[in-house]
Amino acid sequence: MSNISAISQKEIRTYFYSPVAYILISFFLLITGWFFGTNLFLINEATMRNIFSIIPLIFIFFIPAITMRTIAEEKRSGTIELLCTTPVTETQIVVGKFFASLVLLVAAILSTLVYVIILAILGSPDGGIILAGYIGLILMGAAYSAIGIFSSTISQNQIVAFIISFFIIIILFLLDKFLYFIPIWLGSILQYISIDFHFQNIARGVIDSRDIIYYLSIVFIFLFFACKSLYKRKYL
Amino acid sequence: MIEVKNLTKDYGQLRAVDNISFTIPQGEIVGFLGPNGAGKTTTLKIMTCFMPPNAGNVYIDDLNIYQNSIQIRKKIGYLPEGCPLYGEMNVIDFLKFVAELRDIEKASIHKRIKEMIQTCGLKDVVHQEIGELSKGFRQRVGLAGAMIHNPEILILDEPTSGLDPNQIAEIRALIKQLGREKTVLISTHILREVEATCDRVIIIDKGKIVADGPLAEIQNSFHNQNRVYFEIKADTHMLIDEFESLPNIDSIQLYSKENSLYKFYVNFSKDKDIRPDLYNFIKSKEWILFEMRAEQRSLEDIFRQLTEKVEDNE
Repeated sequence: MSNISAISQKEIRTYFYSPVAYILISFFLLITGWFFGTNLFLINEATMRNIFSIIPLIFIFFIPAITMRTIAEEKRSGTIELLCTTPVTETQIVVGKFFASLVLLVAAILSTLVYVIILAILGSPDGGIILAGYIGLILMGAAYSAIGIFSSTISQNQIVAFIISFFIIIILFLLDKFLYFIPIWLGSILQYISIDFHFQNIARGVIDSRDIIYYLSIVFIFLFFACKSLYKRKYL
Repeated sequence: MIEVKNLTKDYGQLRAVDNISFTIPQGEIVGFLGPNGAGKTTTLKIMTCFMPPNAGNVYIDDLNIYQNSIQIRKKIGYLPEGCPLYGEMNVIDFLKFVAELRDIEKASIHKRIKEMIQTCGLKDVVHQEIGELSKGFRQRVGLAGAMIHNPEILILDEPTSGLDPNQIAEIRALIKQLGREKTVLISTHILREVEATCDRVIIIDKGKIVADGPLAEIQNSFHNQNRVYFEIKADTHMLIDEFESLPNIDSIQLYSKENSLYKFYVNFSKDKDIRPDLYNFIKSKEWILFEMRAEQRSLEDIFRQLTEKVEDNE
């Protein structure tokens, strides 16, 4: 456990001591702010619905950018050898890195609380739905991060890691967007696998255990793959 | 004690390490010598549990790399080849990070870091970013990281590559000092390094051990010839021929001839010391003898001889 926290802390320091975290968060706020600001007085409703429907899309770029360097960079610079010859297991490395990117992600998500404050000043937003939305974003972000970490273990090139995670995420994201063309029995399966469907459920204010279990299983599966992939270097 | 047993490692078609075995008793400084691509780094990576071999095992005391990977890693301090470090961290954060990974107790982390800064001479760069440091300092930071948990065994992969002569001398002195209480295994392709620091040398070529033993022993067993260097001033063109006509001489190598000053080597069989005869011969000719000394066969010669011999067999 102390190893995991040591690795997480080191990663978090790397994010926040360098411009990486600030650039990513500013970028994130800029895009979300534009969507928030342009629609606010047009719709004339105290709601975060617009933001919550656009953030999952932004995450498709944003989260691979956070996670792409985590393990790929260690491999490229050779520090993976340093890390893997200390008494640390692959699981501890992967979980440590995952927590670190989660912290950066949550920091970015929480920065959008500014919009909630603005809404609260201008009107009376529904706190319950907004809270559910935030829980959904964090769960969804965690799932994306796990996919990103897994992709980062595959290559020693950050760009390749970015592209792989981008593709995995976008496929999972688009699965339920073409349901009109697909038989119903298959459609419901695709819908359950789709990463966006569950977020839309939660964002509606319904926190269902099925949705939570879905995200947690995605996290678990991809972190498991990441451990295996990191372990596989031993058999190259 | 380290015991390497029948280690074999393939990278696809290429056999990097081929069935090698050796043991290292506690407290010895061993040089692991070989040309580039001989399988040194691979062997070290296996010993430090970075990757498993295709066959064979490594025992440290009664632990082995398959069942006790984590315990073995705790006993070993390892400086990987090229000394990879986190460039964006500063020195003290890095040492703290390594100390935490090494499970050093919270209370003594600070003390250990201080000691390492002292031993490795890092006082002036403690708050510097590692990426900004010179190669010599980086190497020392790597060493400090490798030793921070006070390991019984220190494995250093080319610890002096890329350093300037002063830094090399410093690192060697440091290694020698450490070797008094620890088992040290240094891999290198620089022969002087081994001559300067090691008690024992293991020479490896194409994944196989070609020689293993104390330096002096290897040096002795590999030259069956003695070699004497001469500088003689003589007003004759026949000097070399005259030497060649002497009995018991195997060969003569002319090094240089300027005017009447001859510089040359005389090789003769080890069984019989003919130096008195040679001296008497020169005296009888009334040549002027500037210099006469026995040449030590350097490790370099032996190394070349050993690693080329394997090639011939193929």
